[in-house]
Amino acid sequence: MYGVINFMSKYIRIVLHICALLPLVMLFYDLGYNNLSVNPIQDITIRTGKPALVLLVLVLSISPMRKWFGLHSLLQFRRSLGLYAFMYASLHLLVFVGLDYGFDIELLRSSVFKKPYVVLGLFAYLTLVPLAVTSTHGWIRRLGKSWKMLHRLVYLTGVLAVAHYIWAVKSDIRQPLIFAAVIFVMLLARVRVFNQVIYLLRERFFTK
Amino acid sequence: MQTIRSSEITPEHIYLSRRKFMSSASKVVLGAAVMTACSRQSDSTDVSLDVHNTSVGVDELGDSWTSYESIANYNNFYEFSVNKERVATMAQDFKTSPWEIDVGGLVKNPGRYRMEDLLTKFDQEERVYRLRCVEGWSMVVPWMGFPLKRLLDEVEPTMNARYVRFETLYDPVQLPGQNDGWYSWPYVEGLRLDEASHDLTILATGIYGRTLLPQNGAPVRLVVPWKYGFKSIKSIVRIDLVDQQPVSLWMRAAPNEYGFYANVNPNVHHPRWSQDTERRIGEMGRRDTLLFNGYAEQVDSLYSNMDLQYNF
Repeated sequence: MYGVINFMSKYIRIVLHICALLPLVMLFYDLGYNNLSVNPIQDITIRTGKPALVLLVLVLSISPMRKWFGLHSLLQFRRSLGLYAFMYASLHLLVFVGLDYGFDIELLRSSVFKKPYVVLGLFAYLTLVPLAVTSTHGWIRRLGKSWKMLHRLVYLTGVLAVAHYIWAVKSDIRQPLIFAAVIFVMLLARVRVFNQVIYLLRERFFTK
Repeated sequence: MQTIRSSEITPEHIYLSRRKFMSSASKVVLGAAVMTACSRQSDSTDVSLDVHNTSVGVDELGDSWTSYESIANYNNFYEFSVNKERVATMAQDFKTSPWEIDVGGLVKNPGRYRMEDLLTKFDQEERVYRLRCVEGWSMVVPWMGFPLKRLLDEVEPTMNARYVRFETLYDPVQLPGQNDGWYSWPYVEGLRLDEASHDLTILATGIYGRTLLPQNGAPVRLVVPWKYGFKSIKSIVRIDLVDQQPVSLWMRAAPNEYGFYANVNPNVHHPRWSQDTERRIGEMGRRDTLLFNGYAEQVDSLYSNMDLQYNF
């Protein structure tokens, strides 16, 4: 598997870029062809937020995939996934501030704090900024060991983003809870005891 | 309490031109709406070809009616779909005829009303109302209908009647959303008797002079313009006069978020989001939400001694 992923790496990367950009392309298509609902700003907000969350979950899943299934070569795709998540999150924020609130700082200030989900979303975004900035090879080198520590911040991003989602829906939180459950499993992957159980199971059932 | 007739609140030249247009171009449609409101035209699934869009009026605050396409294609009607844009398609084959409403409970003359009876017994009039959804968007809708009070007078509530309880059709085959156990079906809503008797409160049977479409709550729905949209229950089959405050579907789903009163109020926030601004469908910016959705003058006497923060 390890070899296969490396061998196919170029193609996987192309597929990754296409898949990651697809939601944006479809959004522009629907914008251009007037396929959005009569409440287009809400549509655009949702359709930039969701991909950000999905990509974030994919970023978080790389580490467990390596630990539990030995798919170490997936690591090479993590930065791209993370940066795409950041791109969608940035668009999501920009749509909220610009389209929804027309860059009206006064209006934003008076209503943001009355909408806790907005505050949560904002914090989620703020944790993502330093990660995006320090994602280059230069920064990885410069920060050395502390780079790894810093980038564990992405777990906080995940928790905040899911909380933001749960907090924003009207009543039916089933879908946000699925995201929450997935992120919870990703967090478990950082718990040593849990990993040892997984290794044990793997050895028992899957050793050749 | 004063009656708002559209002739009083719409600038006369617009009103007249609208009348003229309606009486010429759409006499057939209007006639059909009043006479056979229950027999929905089965060929009218494509609502975009409607001719009325050219004759848009304004409400008493000078705001244009929301386009017919928007009203007919952006619907919160969970019985069909939780996706507002899918409701219209899902509702296409909803059977609205024959249709009957049982009116009972604490009344002297309980009765079963056929849709035809409601349309002939009570004069249908046009009421242009703002509709503010709890989600933060709003529309201006030219309804056709009649004051609920007329029906209540007919059945004569007894001395003990204090509330009115409304119920939507329960039919999981036609209303597939009712298979979803997350909510307690059927949809139930309630009003205090004085709210229900207020002249602004109507039972609507049409929009834009046309028969109500299923996605808008056909064949008959409640419209309470000073309350959030979810109070205006759709496709009603039961109306009961009761002595206890009814528990609505939304109160059951999230009691700390959706109260019995649900009056539009920019000063009383939903626990998780502010209610002080809204987006009018068809506009890009936000506008301030008005106390009682702009009907404060007519309805604030109903709540004179009440803590609206507590009775949200």
